[in-house]
Amino acid sequence: MSLARLRGVPGLVPGGRKGLGGRGLILLASLYLVLLLGLPLAALLRAGLQLPPQRLWQLLSSELAASALQLSLSAATLAALINTGFGLLLAWILVRYRFPGRRLADALIDLPFAMPGVVAAIALLRLYGPGGRIGQLWDPEAPFGHWLAGIGITELNLTGSRFGVVLAMVYATLPFVVRAVQPVLEAIEPEVEESAFTLGATPAQTFRKVLLPQLLPALATGFSLALARGLGEYGLVTILTGNIPFETLTSTVYVYQRFEEFDFDGATAVSLVLLAGSLGLLVLINGLALWYRRSRAL
Amino acid sequence: MSLRTPTGWGPKLLIAAGLSFLTLVVLLPVLTVFVEAFSAGLAAYWGAITQPPAVHALQLTLLITAIAVPLNTVFGLLISWILARRSFRGQAVVLALLDLPLSISPIVVGFMFILLFSPEMGLFADAVERSGVKIVFATPGLALTLLFVTVPFVAREVYPALQEVPREEEEAARCLGASPWRTFWSVTLPHIRPALIYGVILCTARAVGEFGAISVVSGKIINATNTLTLHVERTYLEYDGAAAFACASLLGSVALLSLLVQTLVRHQDRIREP
Repeated sequence: MSLARLRGVPGLVPGGRKGLGGRGLILLASLYLVLLLGLPLAALLRAGLQLPPQRLWQLLSSELAASALQLSLSAATLAALINTGFGLLLAWILVRYRFPGRRLADALIDLPFAMPGVVAAIALLRLYGPGGRIGQLWDPEAPFGHWLAGIGITELNLTGSRFGVVLAMVYATLPFVVRAVQPVLEAIEPEVEESAFTLGATPAQTFRKVLLPQLLPALATGFSLALARGLGEYGLVTILTGNIPFETLTSTVYVYQRFEEFDFDGATAVSLVLLAGSLGLLVLINGLALWYRRSRAL
Repeated sequence: MSLRTPTGWGPKLLIAAGLSFLTLVVLLPVLTVFVEAFSAGLAAYWGAITQPPAVHALQLTLLITAIAVPLNTVFGLLISWILARRSFRGQAVVLALLDLPLSISPIVVGFMFILLFSPEMGLFADAVERSGVKIVFATPGLALTLLFVTVPFVAREVYPALQEVPREEEEAARCLGASPWRTFWSVTLPHIRPALIYGVILCTARAVGEFGAISVVSGKIINATNTLTLHVERTYLEYDGAAAFACASLLGSVALLSLLVQTLVRHQDRIREP
């Protein structure tokens, strides 16, 4: 009989399921999670249940709330798509090629997770904002800005505009796809691509028929993680874009502003939608992880 | 993994495109933080980070980080140990619950704590009133919010590492008479050390840099509930860019340091594994 089978038989191998110490620790950990995570969730759900459905609908369909939710969803989707493209590209070059600065580039990928959003936001603003180090290039007085004005682009603003919202979200969610795809690419031998190539496939065919099917679960996981994070992004968006109603005001900023004006009902309604969105994506991501494990097992 | 030297235009173009994107979105901003911080000279830099509101904000950030990180390290170890070693009903629920703080918006997290502890209309308004302890718009609320936001990091990193620990080694130690603690310290811990360090670093970086959830429960009272990230926001909005970037560079250094340690741990991990 193996040791593992004896576990749980009292008095033979310690560390089995019996034992008060183990029970006490499980109880302690459960209590911690329930109190710390469960209670706040319950408070939000309670506040939501106290709102009659018509009132909830009325709060969500107010012009500003609806536009904020719409903007969050479209900007987060666009940012996740951009990062899916560039994430795949970055993972590909980091895994396959030798080039100067490769290690630095690999380390830089994680920076948006480590660097506080506020810090990144003021730096992006100082770089690309109006009059910023790079942003001044398209000031109407600057030569490039003058040229832009000549072709009809007069008010180019990369931060206080919808572009700024997307930029904030692209920055915040950059690592997800790269880090999801990298290990999968590392596991695919370059010989696989090379043999497809030798057998006469074009690079596009090799990518579509050989690589993409294997990368799809990882790409989808990275995309969903980026989408969830983009929807919830607050710090970068609020500082970078200046919260212009109907233009750059996202749903998270909307919740904050409702709360500041003591409109707790309005904040609750949009918070519930955001919570539902992150729960839905969480379920999706766990489902994708299952798909991913199965596709690797085959 | 075998790296190739890029030959021909295609690969070189791909590398150039990837690196340009990374430079514009990540590298230039981080350089800007440090260039701007020191652009007015060392004296101005020192003045900005030693003015009383900045010092207070730094102390507050350190205090709540020093509460959140050790607590979530201990409980993270405990939770991951239970998940990896015991089977119980509701395991999937616990795992999902652990992911929640990572995917839920920080603003919603902050607002949930307001709904719990606000003296006007919180779920525990009466208890808060009777006890006389201020929770929201005070340090306890900041610490609680930070605990919520940083709960997953250690647990999520250590859990897979614990699953990989050879059970035979732990069982052999126990059979040879080692206490559960001794077994953990001498047998289990060496296996999970890289993951643990990784988790603690991610947890610390998030704790120091948290902004959204904190800004809801803080009330942003200067010299009382203003953390360093909130101080950076305030000084920047008050057009004191030099002070904002000086304090931002402190936060940026923590981020770079954490990246450095992460890279070292990962490197060591790769060497250890065949």
